[in-house]
Amino acid sequence: MKFRSLTAIAATTALCAPMAFAADIADEMTIVSWGGAYSKSQLRAYHEPYSEKTGTKIINDDSSAEAVAKLRAMNEAGNVTWDVVDVVAADAMRLCDEGLAMEIDPDTQLAAAPDGTSAAEDFGELLVSECFIPQIVYSTTFGYRTDLVGDTPPTSVCAVFDTDAYPGKRSLEKRSINNVEWALLCDGVAKEDVYDVLATEEGQQQALDKLATIKDDVIWWSAGADTPQLLADGEVVMGSTYNGRLFSVIEEQNQPVAMLWDAQIFDLDGWIIPAGLSPERQARALDYIMFATDTQRLADQAKYISYGPARASSAPLVGKHADLGIDMAPHMPTDPENAKNTFLYNYEFWADYRDDIEAKFQAWLSQ
Amino acid sequence: MAESKGTDAFVEFERVQKSYDGETLVVKDLNLVMPKGEFLTMLGPSGSGKTTCLMMLAGFETATHGDIRLDGVSINNIPPHKRGIGMVFQNYALFPHMTVAENLSFPLEVRKMGKSEREERVRNVLDMVQMGEFGGRRPAQLSGGQQQRIALARALVFEAELVLMDEPLGALDKQLREHMQFEIKRIADDLGITVVYVTHDQTEAMTMSDRVAVFDDGRIQQLAPPDKLYEEPGNSFVAQFIGENNTLDGVVKEINGGVALVQLDDGELIDCNPINVGVGDRTRVSIRPERVEFNKDRLQEGTHTVKAEVLEFIYMGDIFRTRLKVAGNDEFVIKTRNAPDQVRLAPGQQIEVGWLPEDCRALDA
Amino acid sequence: MTDATQHSGPMLAADGTPLKRSLARALRMQKIRALMLIAPLLIFVLVTFILPIADMLFRSVENQIVRDTLPKTVIALQDWDPASGAAPGEPVFAALAQDMKIAVEAKSHTRLGSRLNYEFTGAASLFRKSGRKVKRMDLDTDAPFKETFIDIDKKWGEPEIWKTIKRYSPAYTNGYFLNSVDMRKGADGAEARPENQRIYIKLFGRTMVMSMVITISCILLGYPVAWILANLPMRQANLLMILVLLPFWTSLLVRTSAWKVMLQQQGVINDTLVWLGLVADDARLIMINNQFGTIVAMTHILLPFMILPLYSVMQTIPPTYLRAAKSLGANNWTAFWRVYFPQSVPGIGAGSILVFILSIGYYITPEIVGGTKGVFISNRIAYHISSSLNWGLAAALGTILLAVVLLLYWCYDKVVGIDNVKLGG
Repeated sequence: MKFRSLTAIAATTALCAPMAFAADIADEMTIVSWGGAYSKSQLRAYHEPYSEKTGTKIINDDSSAEAVAKLRAMNEAGNVTWDVVDVVAADAMRLCDEGLAMEIDPDTQLAAAPDGTSAAEDFGELLVSECFIPQIVYSTTFGYRTDLVGDTPPTSVCAVFDTDAYPGKRSLEKRSINNVEWALLCDGVAKEDVYDVLATEEGQQQALDKLATIKDDVIWWSAGADTPQLLADGEVVMGSTYNGRLFSVIEEQNQPVAMLWDAQIFDLDGWIIPAGLSPERQARALDYIMFATDTQRLADQAKYISYGPARASSAPLVGKHADLGIDMAPHMPTDPENAKNTFLYNYEFWADYRDDIEAKFQAWLSQ
Repeated sequence: MAESKGTDAFVEFERVQKSYDGETLVVKDLNLVMPKGEFLTMLGPSGSGKTTCLMMLAGFETATHGDIRLDGVSINNIPPHKRGIGMVFQNYALFPHMTVAENLSFPLEVRKMGKSEREERVRNVLDMVQMGEFGGRRPAQLSGGQQQRIALARALVFEAELVLMDEPLGALDKQLREHMQFEIKRIADDLGITVVYVTHDQTEAMTMSDRVAVFDDGRIQQLAPPDKLYEEPGNSFVAQFIGENNTLDGVVKEINGGVALVQLDDGELIDCNPINVGVGDRTRVSIRPERVEFNKDRLQEGTHTVKAEVLEFIYMGDIFRTRLKVAGNDEFVIKTRNAPDQVRLAPGQQIEVGWLPEDCRALDA
Repeated sequence: MTDATQHSGPMLAADGTPLKRSLARALRMQKIRALMLIAPLLIFVLVTFILPIADMLFRSVENQIVRDTLPKTVIALQDWDPASGAAPGEPVFAALAQDMKIAVEAKSHTRLGSRLNYEFTGAASLFRKSGRKVKRMDLDTDAPFKETFIDIDKKWGEPEIWKTIKRYSPAYTNGYFLNSVDMRKGADGAEARPENQRIYIKLFGRTMVMSMVITISCILLGYPVAWILANLPMRQANLLMILVLLPFWTSLLVRTSAWKVMLQQQGVINDTLVWLGLVADDARLIMINNQFGTIVAMTHILLPFMILPLYSVMQTIPPTYLRAAKSLGANNWTAFWRVYFPQSVPGIGAGSILVFILSIGYYITPEIVGGTKGVFISNRIAYHISSSLNWGLAAALGTILLAVVLLLYWCYDKVVGIDNVKLGG
């Protein structure tokens, strides 16, 4: 075992050498996020006001995409250099299961809403893991080229599977999650039965069979920026991606693209604090979380990016986009107009079935 | 063999010029006729155009102007591999990835010769160069002299009538070089092949060749058998380039009955053999060191003598080499045979030196 | 000398010590000094190369988590017969309750759940859910535990989860390796996975074949370029060399993305072909998100690794060899093929080994332009390292890949000879 920790140290120093010193310096903390526009929105909504208030210097690290693996490596090496990490809910659950993230009690360690509603109640059922503080609700949904769909723009997610009415390529994420749900929905399975069906061998096969009907027409993406680019280039007629990415294609780049919103699948993104921090670093991380997830802060983030705040109490506070000046509420996935038909990612289900279904999906994909 | 050395032109260069950059000529108006069976050496300092000529003959360079003919046929537009000319390269160019036998067999294979005949030819040619048991070795396992033999054998194995050799002995030590000179000459004579040999070593040229073409500045300065070249150099470049040579500068005063009266720069008058000068021309007089005599008894009656001062005496075994100051030239050398009655001069001695008028050649200055 | 050889005893140095010993002493100092000189490199290689590989080999068989987390249960399960078709009895459940109590304190039960979930779908939530309940359980009063656990989740009452625990209770397992070759541990040892889960053998094969195609493309494209480089005058050769190296100075992602712009259906090449009328607008060529795209992009990226060794080997082949061959009667092609080419083979060998091994390990480019048919085994390794956290499987896949590379290297040595590889003069 000694030998293993030694190699792990070697591996982590190679991975994380640049941050190794930073975290030990008293008034600095390293916050890990996704980079790009999303990190920028956090910088303006959370980091800058927090630094102003406390004088703590915040170091950004755009490593969220590899956060789970890196945290595990750091943990094995006994040298965790990150203080707060932004991850999607599924990753947070995995980290929590692996003992890599600390549990946080919403009632004592998070700020209550201005009207006194407890944080637990304010976040409600979005608290999907003991280690995870949700920050935004985003959705994976479809966008389509308004100039390539003829006179009848699609209104249902099942247009994706209708290559007669909407010929051309469509882009889907190169993984099973979300795709199999949509496949079953469009194959006649009722929304509430989707996960029960998916739990069976036959149901999994049914989903893959449905996807097989459009397999030749799909470009599979692995980076969130792919679909917006493919739409902008006219390579695909429709494609799935995160709603914020589509917002910037439509509103910032003015491309002939529109949102489908139908059967959008809600997912959560939020914070975790790595397990095994020193008491003072842990205290500072908790202080930051308490600040950054209060009602006003969450509402502020929506000024910079079109993701919905995870607190119920934040929704009424959502205002206009800081640069574009447009009203942000209609662009939120949670807006009633957009959320007529939604689907909530089932975390428990995927924690169990991800390995299995993903293996089958990838085998199917390579055939 | 002797009868094949007729006057029929086998290799001909006619008004050949070569320029690489379109501005300067490397070879200027080359004319050369070689009969079959001749061993001709192109001798000259580096950059004189001799290698370029060889490469044009081999086909690796094309003449900018003029005609090169082989056995009466113009070969200007024939690619090298169809010329059937054997070639020995400076560093042998033995193919390192093939054995000796494979190297020798290569020209036969590309000529689609049958296996048994190939093997026999390879065996014969190996025997000819006395390398019979080395067929299975790689070139890197052979000594320089052995590689040289194989390179020669490879150029001969396909029975080329014309063999070109580009400084083939340059990489060998002196002793081996002398031995190989003899070997090459012997094989060439035995086979009756025509050889064009390029070297910058005049001893090599003198000992091996039927004729030597001395190159300088893109031209053949003189084309003659070795003895004629040495004894009757046609101009001062050849005189300087071939063998040791003393020079005295002066002006041709008059020419009478094939004898030129030359006034040297210090006023002294001597008789000389006019080669390529006329009355009133500046001339450079050339006298071979061994043709200079200081013993009055041995000089012909009426020979012009010139005052000289002994500067240095060197004992060289078979000869004595004495450096003199003659007519202002203090690099004037005489060579005398170490005979029992020979006088050994001492530095500082004042003597008079003389020579036959025909040994004193008045050349261009 | 003659004196010394006449002695029958050992040779002595001038001071009377045996010569061997004084020589050894003199050499030891030299050796120590030489070792000190290379020590930094040695340590560096050990820490960054040897240890990680050893760690990978270890992880591919390591499986201590089950017996570390459930030590009592594992012992109790020894008496249970998986063929009985029923869940084990109360003693096993009692042991499980004790183990879980400790595991929940250490929060290691969910970790075990994640591990077992690779083999048994549902284990993750089973352990997470059970953990919450066990926390409130009283070991002294809550017996019998069998019913309690079955109350928590009926999966505890079925033999499947117990079979999995028993199967994976040894400290070392071949499970990851079986998984890597599309097999699994069944009731009677190893068995093939169902058709719809087989992927790795196919990916290994595809990786090998595509890497070979890429290597061959690199040879075909790189050879003429290297030849021109080696035969141009210095100044032009240097300029061309900069062009060859240019891709090295551009980020991998930029280059790969540039290929997307070139090759996609609305891309530059298709636009040009349509404009020229060679391709109909509704029949644009599909050149990306498939194997073709991967081969094109990877050949482009790896081409310098072929050209550089080829160039440095070709530079050492004097042009006189070609002249000699021609003077011996060989035409251009024969002279090249029989004389020049064999001498450039060491460069091809070195370049091919470089390109092949690099392409086997590539995953970013196949991920971006490979679509479904152009992905490599490395993409799955990357997935298991960073997404599924199944590091054991990733390690097993990596170990197999390493073994395949070593095997190919060995074959190359047998066929071509490793001495026949040159990176330069």
